[in-house]
Amino acid sequence: MMNRRDFCKKSVLLFGTLAVPLAAFELFDPTSLLAEKNDGKEVRWGFLVDTEKCVGCGFCVKACKIENEVPYNADVSRTWVERYVVTKDGKTHIDSPKAARDGFTTEKIALGEGKFLDIKPDDIAKGFFVPKLCNQCDNPPCVQVCPVGATYQTKDGVVLVDRTWCIGCGYCIMGCPYGVRFFHPVYHVAEKCTFCYHRITKGMKTACVNACPFGARQIGNLKDPDDPVTRTIMTERVNILKEEYGTKPQVFYLGLTKEVR
Amino acid sequence: MVHGEAWTIKELFVYPNEYIYWSIQIVMYPFMTGLVAGAFVLSSLYHVFGVKQLKDIARFSLVFSFALLPTAMMPLLFHLQQPQRGIEVLMTPHFTSAIAAFGIVFSTYAFIVGSEIWFVYRKFFVETALALQAKTDKSPVDRFRQLLYSVLTLGAWDIGEEAMHKDEKAVKILASIGIPVACFLHGYAGFIFGSVKANALWMTPLMPVIFICSAVVSGIALCMLTYIVTMEIRKYLLSLKSRKYIFRESMDELKSAEVHVVTMTAKYLIMFMILAITLELLDLIFRGYTAVKSWDILRSIIFKRDFFDIFILQYSIGNALPFIMLLFPRMTIRRAAAASVLVLLGVFMMRWNVVIGGQAFSSSLAGYMHYVMPVWPDSVESYKEGLFGALTVGVTPFVLFWIINKVLPVFGVKDSH
Repeated sequence: MMNRRDFCKKSVLLFGTLAVPLAAFELFDPTSLLAEKNDGKEVRWGFLVDTEKCVGCGFCVKACKIENEVPYNADVSRTWVERYVVTKDGKTHIDSPKAARDGFTTEKIALGEGKFLDIKPDDIAKGFFVPKLCNQCDNPPCVQVCPVGATYQTKDGVVLVDRTWCIGCGYCIMGCPYGVRFFHPVYHVAEKCTFCYHRITKGMKTACVNACPFGARQIGNLKDPDDPVTRTIMTERVNILKEEYGTKPQVFYLGLTKEVR
Repeated sequence: MVHGEAWTIKELFVYPNEYIYWSIQIVMYPFMTGLVAGAFVLSSLYHVFGVKQLKDIARFSLVFSFALLPTAMMPLLFHLQQPQRGIEVLMTPHFTSAIAAFGIVFSTYAFIVGSEIWFVYRKFFVETALALQAKTDKSPVDRFRQLLYSVLTLGAWDIGEEAMHKDEKAVKILASIGIPVACFLHGYAGFIFGSVKANALWMTPLMPVIFICSAVVSGIALCMLTYIVTMEIRKYLLSLKSRKYIFRESMDELKSAEVHVVTMTAKYLIMFMILAITLELLDLIFRGYTAVKSWDILRSIIFKRDFFDIFILQYSIGNALPFIMLLFPRMTIRRAAAASVLVLLGVFMMRWNVVIGGQAFSSSLAGYMHYVMPVWPDSVESYKEGLFGALTVGVTPFVLFWIINKVLPVFGVKDSH
């Protein structure tokens, strides 16, 4: 039978011995270790789209599909380009045939179901192209709604999907106001733009940034004030998509107008 | 082929990745959970609030709610792209997601319904087991049944006055905890939709409440319908027997009991229908009045594209017509049955208009998507997310009810209390 004194002694000993290994978690905190390894530099990936420079060639879409192995002919894509044609009567016509993989090969606006709308050049008030990709939101609704935590935000701000853990319920697809998510035709799990995470973490640019011949797409580190992308965002008049949803998107646009959806 | 491409027709500007990802099974899911919750609430009206007139249907709806339980899960498994990983929702729930609550709410609810049934049937288990024990020449079936019922008693053989009184108390407590849990089970299904801020049609705090009310409506309607059908079958069987023996009296008894129960249940059905329709109309009026950015496209969906589904099938045939039918005096069995069928159609169309209607427009608010339900199953996908998959889910509770009824007879048993 243990008396009170023994009990107290043994308890102290037990907690003491437990405390030593537990302290290791504080001493060797993985995140602080990683920070030291990167010279304490913090990274937050951000994207800058200059819509004035985009000509709708679709090279970015093509490059993305090949780089990220999204089946080439499948009608889904991690990134796409939208064409906006505003006519003089104030109407806006938008299309993105095959996600603009092959660019815009006809002047006619695709209406879906194989129907097209022919607009006379004289009727056009303005026309422009808007590339779209995942906004890597600071407050991502897709991460919030995933019932199993298969989609998550990395420390440097990119939202990824764990293909081995996704149950394929589609809640994240429903939760995204930008329509960037879809089911991968081969893996049958949620799929999305990752800012080419496998490339940017190795010091490369994303496939779409590399493929753009006009510099309409740029990626940079928002935490680095000397980064050209960050400088533009800080000094120029940039805008974001669908601010009203409170998602805090991190893809910034130059030359965004009210017609853009 | 991309998932969703087979049944989605796009019109005008729809984002390239948008398809109708939530199809018929996601319509079935809230419909089935609604039936579960509604059936349970109906049985609780007797157990908790002591509505004596519902005694006959209370036991019935309790067992039926038990039979419906597994089918609340079925549509989800049919819908998942990776059904083998479905268990992760229970094992590694991510609690910021509304769906993650499913495991906890569903198992709590299953536990409550299961234990309530046990208390209600305990006396029957004991009596049957003892009767079988006393039997001298037992067939293998008898021996199996004796074993089964002995196990089902869980070792509680006391059926004295005092023990029965305790059982009664337990049932009352379980049923009263069960009501909020049943409402939560369904309210959270509404929350799954209501909390999607990306969807202009779904996002409303009224969604969970609307879902609960329509759940109770559909549950009561289905119980009433199934009750009528089973009673008719019993009457028919009795009439077959009475050709041989003169046994008219119990036939009249059955008839009067049936009319009585149905009239009473119909009253509750009307009450909950008023509540459900009021809330739905409030939501519609509020949207029109506030007319935020999305109203333009919502209006074109509600009043043009889905007009037939919403105003004809749901509100007129599914709500207004049965409402009038139920309000008329001198309720007949046939009228009540027809009204229940229409109410069920109305609630189903409400689920359809929420789930499919919510995806009828693109989040670009500049294009439409049209859902063409796969009918003939020419692939696993078109079976799972098509007419036949939905029918499988719809038929299962009746098959289960038939099986469960073999062990837990709903009719012709005296209550434990």
